[in-house]
Amino acid sequence: MSTETKQYTVSIYTENNIGLLNRISAIFQRRHMNIESLNTSPSEIEGVSRFTIVVNITESQMKKIQGQIEKQVEVIKAYYHTEDEIIYQESCIFKMRSNLLFDERQIQNIIKESNARIVTVNRDFFVIEKSGRKEEIDLLHRELSVFGIMQFTRSGRIAVTKDEMKISTMLTALQH
Amino acid sequence: MGSKNMKETQTIENQTKSSETTERISGSEAVIKCLLAEGVDILYGYPGGAIMPVYDELYKYQDKIHHVLSRHEQGAAHAAQGYARISGKVGVAIATSGPGATNLITGIADAQIDSTPLVCITGQVGSHLLGSDAFQETDIVGISTPVTKWNCQVTKASQIPEALAKAFYIARSGRPGPVLVDITKDAQFEEFDFKYEKCIGVRSYKPVPNTDENSLKCAAELINNAKKPLIVWGQGVILGKAEEEFKAVIEKAGIPSAWTILGASAIPTSHPLNVGMVGMHGNYAPNVLTNECDVLIAIGMRFDDRVTGNLESYAKQAKVIHFDIDPAEIDKNVKTDVAVLGNSKDSLKKLLPLLNTASHSEWHQKFKDLYAIEYEKVIKDDLHPTKEGLTMGEVLKEINLQTKGDAAIVSDVGQHQMIACRYAEFNKTKSNITSGGLGTMGFALPAAIGAKMAAPDREVVMIAGDGGYQMNIQELGTIFQQKTPVKIVVLNNEFLGMVRQWQQLFFDKRYASTEMVNPDFVAIAKGYHIEAQKVSERKDLKAAVKEMIDCEGPYFLEVRVEKEGNVFPMIPTGASVSDIRLE
Repeated sequence: MSTETKQYTVSIYTENNIGLLNRISAIFQRRHMNIESLNTSPSEIEGVSRFTIVVNITESQMKKIQGQIEKQVEVIKAYYHTEDEIIYQESCIFKMRSNLLFDERQIQNIIKESNARIVTVNRDFFVIEKSGRKEEIDLLHRELSVFGIMQFTRSGRIAVTKDEMKISTMLTALQH
Repeated sequence: MGSKNMKETQTIENQTKSSETTERISGSEAVIKCLLAEGVDILYGYPGGAIMPVYDELYKYQDKIHHVLSRHEQGAAHAAQGYARISGKVGVAIATSGPGATNLITGIADAQIDSTPLVCITGQVGSHLLGSDAFQETDIVGISTPVTKWNCQVTKASQIPEALAKAFYIARSGRPGPVLVDITKDAQFEEFDFKYEKCIGVRSYKPVPNTDENSLKCAAELINNAKKPLIVWGQGVILGKAEEEFKAVIEKAGIPSAWTILGASAIPTSHPLNVGMVGMHGNYAPNVLTNECDVLIAIGMRFDDRVTGNLESYAKQAKVIHFDIDPAEIDKNVKTDVAVLGNSKDSLKKLLPLLNTASHSEWHQKFKDLYAIEYEKVIKDDLHPTKEGLTMGEVLKEINLQTKGDAAIVSDVGQHQMIACRYAEFNKTKSNITSGGLGTMGFALPAAIGAKMAAPDREVVMIAGDGGYQMNIQELGTIFQQKTPVKIVVLNNEFLGMVRQWQQLFFDKRYASTEMVNPDFVAIAKGYHIEAQKVSERKDLKAAVKEMIDCEGPYFLEVRVEKEGNVFPMIPTGASVSDIRLE
């Protein structure tokens, strides 16, 4: 199996119980693996949570991790995908000084060209929001950083797969 | 994740078996009623502030449930493990919050890596104090997460029955393991309408994976075409209660079969197809021939590094078949050609009719030839020494003789453990109780207490070194109070022998902190009113072992063995199994 490190997006369907985040992150920590990003949210199935975790590891490591995750009692199913198998988004928020909007005219162009959106403007600051792929957000960050950013934050990746995930049919089967 | 508490809706997720009656009782009484409903008649523990309401109920129910007061919570955890290992039932340990709970952790970690079913119940500070750094508060759910199969915290009495039902179900089903339920003190006091529903399933948890019939056919085909097949079996055979099915398979297919430490005793030591132990201090033949077999059949074992040595040169010539209940074990360490998922009993039962009858007599001869070499170079001197100074091996030989191989041997960790596993003769399954995966020194004495209580009709002989014995020596107090007739053998070489052996072989004899100045062990045992004696000479050994076995109560026997004896064969770290050293 390839020893090449790749970026994997792991989707984990779980019960919504206290402590499960700890249990899942410990699986990575124990093997000295860094989590690039992590998001938890409700899923398409009522009462079932979905974790989206991004890691850079080899495929053989990824398979073992998948096994260890699925072994957890409260995990229903874990999948992993490479970038070409998913549609993903990340989002970010910038807080910047309002005077820049008037003094630095190109900021408005940057916002327009990058498909970012101004969420709010007040006397002191304005807030820009952008959702997109990692590179788009990186680019926007680079372009805005020359003007001085008061605050910046970005979310973990969220992703859906191009192919069907058979989780819903599996759950229906489990309940009968 | 989330802030949602253990949900009331969980009954949807957990399939339960309902009993209709309800009664209004406290959370702590509910704990006892749950334990009784799960068939628990004995539990090991230590009281303290945050668990006192449960102990108050234990007082009221003492005719139905026997609480064994350990002398340290680690002792309680290991005793529950010993109980579980010899009986196949779930062991139960109970402790208070804070240090009481953290003291259980080594036992829990041991049970996790050795797949022992354990339910640990800990008291917790009142829910209004959680997170306030209250007296004896510790985040035991957080601490125990990486070493439990499942755990949870309960803050309402009404959650207790469901949490405990789930705990027992998870601990014993599938690949067994330890679970922990942390109960806040207010939940113990709170009254509610109690009704017990046994857990019969958890939506997100599939304890036994489906067995693919095709994988069985592929496995059978490989086995039927093999010229030099070798089986390595582990504890999965014992945990799956598959001893008979296993014996039928190896006898029909005539396959030489070797065991991991935890697999020992699944079939008798004397069985002609039993070719001994694999791994670092295992037998010569099965280690060497692992790198010569054409089909390696692993059954209920997990290719631990102490078993495989260097993976780069482990059985590379062989097709590998792996039978396991845990899908995460497949391809974890050794790439398999055929994986058969499922319970060992079912898989082996289905495999049997697919196998051809075979004998492989030439292949067997190789095992005999290599055994002869090992006998000459190692075993002869271990069991029939001619030099002065008692060997650990001859003590084991004497115990075998006088117990006729019917004893359960509970060993600690180190040189004596390897000697005990190599030389103990087992007639019955579940007879080798030792800390395999975690290698927990201090395991044996408390584990022997649990084992003896679970199997009072069996002779239970604990064997420890002078180092490990002192790690939980306080449990002599438990033996004294409970009058548990455990036979305690300490093989005293005044060294941490295994570490010393490594220092001798790999660190130019720099014996850093391995020499031990020991107390008068006989006097200590006698202080607990346990009959005791010390033997230093060969001529006294037989009579001393006889006196120990004949004694109706607990008995302590110290044997002064040679100081710098080494355990061989040995696979040095990083070496291949076939490079096993005989000297």
